[in-house]
Amino acid sequence: MALTGVEIFKLLPKTNCKKCGQPTCLAFAMKLAQRQASLDQCPDVSAEAKQKLGEASAPPIRPIKLGTGDRAVKMGEETVLFRHEKKFVNPCALAVAMKDTASGADAQKLIDAVLGSEIDRVGQKLRIDAIAITNDSGDPGKFEAMAKLVAEKAPAVAVILSTTSPDAAEAALKHFSNKGAVLYGANASNLDAMAAWAKAAKATLGIAAASLDELSDLTEKAKAAGVEDMVIDSGARKAGEIIRDNTLIRRAAIKKNVKSVGYPVITFAMRDDNMLETLVASAAIAKYSSIVVLSSMEKWKDLALFSLRQNIYTDPQVPMQVEQKIYKIGEPGPEAPFMITTNFSLTYFIVSGEIENSKVPARLAVLDSEGLSVLTAWAAGKFTASKIAQFIKESGIEGELGGTKELIIPGYVAILSGSIEDKLEGWKITVGPREANGLPAFLKSRVA
Amino acid sequence: MPFTPPRESYSGKIFEETIGSGPKAITVGGENVLPFHSFEGATPHKPVIAFEVQDVPPEDWPEVVKEVYKGVSGDPVTWAKYCIEKLGAETIALRLVGTHPDRQNFSPDEAAETVRKMLAAIDVPLIILGSQHAEKDSSVLIKCAEAAKGTNSVLGKAQEANHKTIVAAAMANDLKLIAMSELDINLSKQLNILITQMGFDKAKLMTDPMSSALSYGLEYTYSVMERIKLAALAQNDPTLQPPILADVGMMVWKVKETQAPEADMPAWGSLKDRGIAWEAVTAASFLIAGAEVLIMRHPDSINAVKKFIAEMEV
Repeated sequence: MALTGVEIFKLLPKTNCKKCGQPTCLAFAMKLAQRQASLDQCPDVSAEAKQKLGEASAPPIRPIKLGTGDRAVKMGEETVLFRHEKKFVNPCALAVAMKDTASGADAQKLIDAVLGSEIDRVGQKLRIDAIAITNDSGDPGKFEAMAKLVAEKAPAVAVILSTTSPDAAEAALKHFSNKGAVLYGANASNLDAMAAWAKAAKATLGIAAASLDELSDLTEKAKAAGVEDMVIDSGARKAGEIIRDNTLIRRAAIKKNVKSVGYPVITFAMRDDNMLETLVASAAIAKYSSIVVLSSMEKWKDLALFSLRQNIYTDPQVPMQVEQKIYKIGEPGPEAPFMITTNFSLTYFIVSGEIENSKVPARLAVLDSEGLSVLTAWAAGKFTASKIAQFIKESGIEGELGGTKELIIPGYVAILSGSIEDKLEGWKITVGPREANGLPAFLKSRVA
Repeated sequence: MPFTPPRESYSGKIFEETIGSGPKAITVGGENVLPFHSFEGATPHKPVIAFEVQDVPPEDWPEVVKEVYKGVSGDPVTWAKYCIEKLGAETIALRLVGTHPDRQNFSPDEAAETVRKMLAAIDVPLIILGSQHAEKDSSVLIKCAEAAKGTNSVLGKAQEANHKTIVAAAMANDLKLIAMSELDINLSKQLNILITQMGFDKAKLMTDPMSSALSYGLEYTYSVMERIKLAALAQNDPTLQPPILADVGMMVWKVKETQAPEADMPAWGSLKDRGIAWEAVTAASFLIAGAEVLIMRHPDSINAVKKFIAEMEV
């Protein structure tokens, strides 16, 4: 179980030397208890304390990196079961399976697709993070050949090598030494050899168990064999098994501090039915998997899964905000309607969505209101006549508009129309609908 | 060392509610664990998906979903029968969007007539939805409730602004009732309390915490649903124990991802698959978070979600 700050303090040198960056040992102990500091920061800690504290202060789910360099993906380190409690920290990696029986041309196509999978979504770069090479042939030579091809053609992409053959593992791992690869396929019959090859290549060992009991047993054996970095698979394949095992693993790791399952989870979501695969992968993203392996990549599927991952891993305590600026919807001419709202992302999405629905090209000014919705922002003094007037003046929008300078404000702040008119000389202020769903009718009636 | 599964048991339970009547009636809820946690408690009923039909042709739906109903969507009853007979719909959600003052502005009597015809023609449970115009809905849903008297249909949605008349109508005609508030567990709780204080049986309520679409606020709905479920089960809060309804199709089929052609957005891939995936992923996420009743539009999304639900049985 996790130690309290005071319990940790008793094990520290109590010299208040400040070398850790904290003013006192007690302050450092408190940081350790909150998992905001690492014991490595104390240069004088005793071996005994290190051993005791190391166990207790380690995050309940071990942090592990998949891949290296800019594209490396951090996994693990989660501390809660539900995203409303605290942010889920490390978004799960998405991997695509590549059979070692694939033709050279097909393999090249998949590599190109992975390399070209990056898209920009609300300011974040999202992509397929890894390739999972699977030893379908059972032939170490074929497995190695595919590994070599991937290592040469996509050197920056993280790799999961999936095989139960230590010979195949050894051959393929030669191409991924020190590359943050995962060697997946360690089971009861090959554990020692697989552990040895993973250690030699500084790879993460992927445990392939058939049950939670076996999983816990195998991770302990691997740990005894000197393996520290592992990703774990309980054998869950059906959606219900994934939800069950991932829930039990997350609970055991976080609430009971069970170390034998305190590792990131790898989930294989492959299905013949692509839409069903998308949903099984969705369940794995929402419920605690750290790597999800897919059978194929399609742009629509990637987009949906990237979006879900982004939604689930959003910080629930920070209101999502969009950038303050004037957004064009459609191709608005100089006389197109010009509206204003706040920068709470939900407000922006709903308002811009309804403007799109109206099919009337328009401009939408989004004022930085610190992520508050219209009424809340108005009540908090973040959406006021002077802020609106200042933003409009400084935006330079006047030059883009035609003869009539008209600003449409949300119906909820109708009360502001007079004072905005006073502050924006030459402008006409019009009160729009209170709710965004009134916008299509409102806009259509104006162009009719 | 064997793994000791840390199982949870909860003191609360979701109300078990039957909708519709006769052999095709459906029961939802009844579980005493989080969604799909059948490994540690009772999950007696599967979630149910209602096919959405409207009282006017779906002019504003994107082509991908509109084309499915081409030829049947001119008449709500024909449309509903097509969903039941050809697409396997187990429940119909009739949205009276034509009653909206900005649409056809159908009168309450016209809406009630549509409901009457629908109920005479179908044998599966019916969810009757207004146009979400708070003022108009209260007059429309009174008449519709009378038309549905004794059918055990679901009436919706009662909002804070109009709940008094709609609750009275549901009570007088013995209907189930959807209570909708906007993305806040406390608002959901408060509305459910207001409704039960009027004498409405809380075990006949459904909570709609307001849906959203993937990438357009999904995480808000998702977390509000999870919090409602935890309050209902772990804290045994009866005001949050009604089943949850997610009105998915209407939120999904208006976002850009379900409308923009691949020619305009080449990085987004096939529009048809994208639209179907958008609806299915949104729906599946809400099931995981706690929804028991979904309202959806595209038969392919619905099929995918049904297969997903079937895979949850272990």
